[in-house]
Amino acid sequence: MTMLSTPAQGQGRSLRPIPWSKLAWVSWRQYRVGLTGALGFLGLLAVYLLVMGLRFHSAYASVTSCHPASSPACSDVADLFSNQYFITAEVSAALLNAVPVLVGVFAGAPILARELDSGTFRFAWTQGAGRIRWTVARLALPALTLTLAAAAFSQLFDWYYWPFFASGMDSRFAGQFFNLTGVAFAAWTLAAFAIGALAGALVRRPVAATAAAMAAWAALMLVTYSFLRRHYLAPLLNKGAGAPSRGSNPSWVLSQWWTGPNGKPVPFGTLMGLIRSAPKGPRKQIGPNSFQTVIDPFRWLAQHGYTEWTSYQPASRYWPFQFIEGGWLLVLSLLLIAATIWLVRRRAA
Amino acid sequence: MNVIETSDLGKRYHQTWALRECALAVPAGHVAALVGPNGAGKTTLLNLTVGLATPTAGVVTVLGGSPAGSPAALDGIAFVAQDTPLYKNLPVADMMHLTRNLNRHFDRAYALARLGELGIPLRRKAGKLSGGQQAQLALTLALARRPQLLVLDEPLANLDPLARHDFMATVMATVADEGVSVVLSSHVLAELERVADYLILMSGGRVQVADEVDHLLSTHRVLTGPATDARTHEELTVVHERRAEAQAHLLVRTADPADPVPPGWEAHPVGLEELVLAYLREPGAAALPGPARSTRNSQPSEVAK
Repeated sequence: MTMLSTPAQGQGRSLRPIPWSKLAWVSWRQYRVGLTGALGFLGLLAVYLLVMGLRFHSAYASVTSCHPASSPACSDVADLFSNQYFITAEVSAALLNAVPVLVGVFAGAPILARELDSGTFRFAWTQGAGRIRWTVARLALPALTLTLAAAAFSQLFDWYYWPFFASGMDSRFAGQFFNLTGVAFAAWTLAAFAIGALAGALVRRPVAATAAAMAAWAALMLVTYSFLRRHYLAPLLNKGAGAPSRGSNPSWVLSQWWTGPNGKPVPFGTLMGLIRSAPKGPRKQIGPNSFQTVIDPFRWLAQHGYTEWTSYQPASRYWPFQFIEGGWLLVLSLLLIAATIWLVRRRAA
Repeated sequence: MNVIETSDLGKRYHQTWALRECALAVPAGHVAALVGPNGAGKTTLLNLTVGLATPTAGVVTVLGGSPAGSPAALDGIAFVAQDTPLYKNLPVADMMHLTRNLNRHFDRAYALARLGELGIPLRRKAGKLSGGQQAQLALTLALARRPQLLVLDEPLANLDPLARHDFMATVMATVADEGVSVVLSSHVLAELERVADYLILMSGGRVQVADEVDHLLSTHRVLTGPATDARTHEELTVVHERRAEAQAHLLVRTADPADPVPPGWEAHPVGLEELVLAYLREPGAAALPGPARSTRNSQPSEVAK
């Protein structure tokens, strides 16, 4: 450590560092295949989104302009949009959730792992540029390129999926769409890259490092999705059923529960028992020979002092949440890259 | 100027000391052979010198006082590691351009001329070259950096005899033309005997011998005499004793080559290989007079240029 951190004392001449432009060429030349592969993969997916997106948009336009809506022609158009295309779109969105980890980890993990595995670091780290500058260049170029490519890709996805957001069939704020839109997609790609780079420096074998980084990324995503994200800002509480919506942007409902007349939460089983034992309402004829005695259970519960509560994040918090998630992922990624550089610095041959 | 200077240098990997108590001062202008059996600590010493490893104990400076691994040290030392690691998927021309972009100095004309002489095609991928060509490419890239010190770790290990000859010819031509200092390691002395004028002998993680070859040969000799005559041992510095029937062969170190031979004994000059083998058989023996150490080592911050 002391040797490396000590500058060339007493040399009298200060050596100018190797310019970044030269190191960028090295990084690009050594990474050309991997980067081209990653960008090519994103490019192919982008073509798919473009082709299918145009169909979704025109189908949605036909649905909204079709009059009268109840005509058989209009119901055919609506069926194409809300069933066939909707299923395609939802499945594609679910699959695209894996893009950040595929692109980021496959790009990040081999960079240092391959050097350490094949012994070429003995060449790279003994050149005049020094290992720190070399590592920064090797990591910065792909990190920057992939993050920008991912940001562009998620913009395209937003356009592709717009008909289903506009029609209120899906919400950007809902689980998987939150990851695919806004700044989250690019941030998760950068995080996957940084996790991969660190795993490469730690594990030193490309395949093992890739596997370890994928597992770590998936665990981070799961924890964020299940526990962290809902607490970015304190949830709002709504008395009565549901959560307020704003246009086609529904709120994100976190949980719903009932309280009794004494103000304490009532388990769902108890509520069901109460409704079953409630006095029967007036008989209603629901078929030629069938009658049913109905009550409105919600109204009945409300009349007897029971209250429904909804905890939710309002739709207006979509962008604050995007920036909170993007922000901490960016900080995490920078810390992981700094840790990788620190590992390279102290790594002995 | 000493190209390598160490004091009390040690390196431990986990619980094992790969190198310990190493005190060296290799002056500039030599081709120094670093010789020792496998596992002697040669690669560890070279890794410390080029800054790939950091010492567990002690200090190593290079090129007259620069800490190993510092920018000045990296700038002035070209290193070809064991098995000549190259980016196998890069064409020769790109390997050259890459090295050029990673260094302050790179003599492109020299590199192109050398590769042309060697008949190494610029478009071929480094991994598709023969072992000898890969070694030559690595050496050419190192020399094109115009280093003050060239460090080669087992450069000949995987080469056939012809490639060994060509490789060493390149090294020696550069030494003659540029005055570059060279340190090269091998576990086979014979490979280096003809080219080296400085010898560093290692075994078991320690440096046993470090001196100019001429000085070593003039201060050692073999005495042959009656095996029963044990008296003489007390007056001589015996490195190694070999008895064959009634005769004893002693490798002795003398301060003065003109020292008288004990009566009844015969003196012979010693060959380098014989000397090395004698020391390797006696791990306790050491010959480390070396040239005078510079005093810079203790206070590197006050070294004048």
